[in-house]
Amino acid sequence: MTEGSEAGGLRRLFERLGAAVTARIWRLGFASRFFGYMLLHSGTALRRFHLTIREIYFAGVLSLIIILVSGMFVGMVLALQGYETLQRYGSSEALGVLVALSLVRELGPVVAGLLFASRAGSAITAEIGLMKATEQIAAMEMMAVDPIARVVAPRFWAGVISMPLLAALFSAMGIFGGYLVGVKLIGVDEGAFWSQMQASVDLREDILNGVIKSAVFGVAVTWIAVFEGYDAQPTAEGVSSATTRTVVTSSLAILALDFMLTALMFTGGNAR
Amino acid sequence: MTDSAVVAIDRVSFGYDAAKPVLREVSLSMPHGKVIGIMGQSGCGKTTLLRIIGGARQPGSGTARVLGTLVNGLHGSALYALRRKLGMLFQFGALFTDMSVYDNVAFPMREHTDLPDELIHDLVLMKLEAVGLRGASRLTPSELSGGMARRVALARAIALDPQLMLYDEPFTALDPISFAVIARLIRRLNDSLGATSVIVSHDVKECLDIVDYVYFMSDGRIVAEGTPPDMRMTAQPFVRQFVRGETDGPIPFHYPAPGYGEDLAVRAAHD
Repeated sequence: MTEGSEAGGLRRLFERLGAAVTARIWRLGFASRFFGYMLLHSGTALRRFHLTIREIYFAGVLSLIIILVSGMFVGMVLALQGYETLQRYGSSEALGVLVALSLVRELGPVVAGLLFASRAGSAITAEIGLMKATEQIAAMEMMAVDPIARVVAPRFWAGVISMPLLAALFSAMGIFGGYLVGVKLIGVDEGAFWSQMQASVDLREDILNGVIKSAVFGVAVTWIAVFEGYDAQPTAEGVSSATTRTVVTSSLAILALDFMLTALMFTGGNAR
Repeated sequence: MTDSAVVAIDRVSFGYDAAKPVLREVSLSMPHGKVIGIMGQSGCGKTTLLRIIGGARQPGSGTARVLGTLVNGLHGSALYALRRKLGMLFQFGALFTDMSVYDNVAFPMREHTDLPDELIHDLVLMKLEAVGLRGASRLTPSELSGGMARRVALARAIALDPQLMLYDEPFTALDPISFAVIARLIRRLNDSLGATSVIVSHDVKECLDIVDYVYFMSDGRIVAEGTPPDMRMTAQPFVRQFVRGETDGPIPFHYPAPGYGEDLAVRAAHD
């Protein structure tokens, strides 16, 4: 009797596990088809570029404050921590290199991506989800206007364009913050700070790879954001949980993609 | 046109899952120029029927023809071509909240025509004048009352002079004055556009004042139909209950449940 119910319980557990996995795979497939459809119907967003520019304002320009302030603080902390470690080995002039490489290769794209996901990604999901909940999407379809072309694609391209620019600004601001703390506050030699940085940071190896990273994060975050909004349950609760999912999923995606890209870009270069 | 009916629904069934059909073999035909009401309780399938007419849902079986086009299997550009001849007013208006009243009404014109801005400007103001809100063109949807939002949505729906207007619960949550305004507008716009209108609603008394013909639905079927005077006089118990708003009749007050005593006794035993 007990054995029977135990086996039944185990079976139910596996059934639930299987159902959850299958549902997730279905959703991934749906998201991929959505992505393909969105790319195919991007004509409107690119032809009537003012639609995309409007969204660049909302996703990009309005994220500037948080990106710039955070970049500054991250750079300042890097300089403090970096100086502590470097001076033990008597190489505190290398502070500029440390700050710049950390930002351009890693922290710029990753932290800017995480901030972008929580500032702009969540806003995109909430907006599209609310448009769905208030039947604005259905109304557009009834007016024979494709909402994916008219609403989703411009937001997607706006995110893809904004993200690398925001990451670049984040890094620039971070380097400036590092300069303020390292040179102006602690007193590292200014000439060494800048010249070592210039000598060690490579345009292709470091900066270009950082830009590629941030572009990939931009695609991932905005894709997740528009999909979650479009797929949200059309209720207050549905929109709120979709917004949460956007932030969680895109943060995880950024960190996982960052590991993969770093492994491809930098380890390969060093081994040669 | 060989077929004079603007909407011809023939034995259409539909269900989101097979066990619970929402529509069961519904047939109806709507002639040109009329205002037609579809009434019934919430959940009787009337909104689903409207969605099938608008091509948002496909009939499970049977055929639906709208403006001479077979809706079955219609998708992509063919569906959009049909929808350009339709106008739909949603329950709460569904105005685009990120655009002004003016831009909302201009939206269908900008999307579907290459008209110059000056012409669109004049057309938008004419549409807004028709619903009495020309003065509100610069407001945003959040600044409008429920009734005004509904009128702006109506102006947007008629922006491209549709041949068929669909109204999904146009009277929900309106004060009596807005209610009367919307009802009069529906009738007047239908007659001046030479269009055909379908109103899905459960506000029976007021609806009967403006429609030419009405269908009553219950549990996915059409249970009664006729002109408003006929429906007011009818002896059919369902229609009588519905028109008079009686709480008990063919539609029971109680949701199906086990015996009352049985339910209470079980609780008492547990406590």
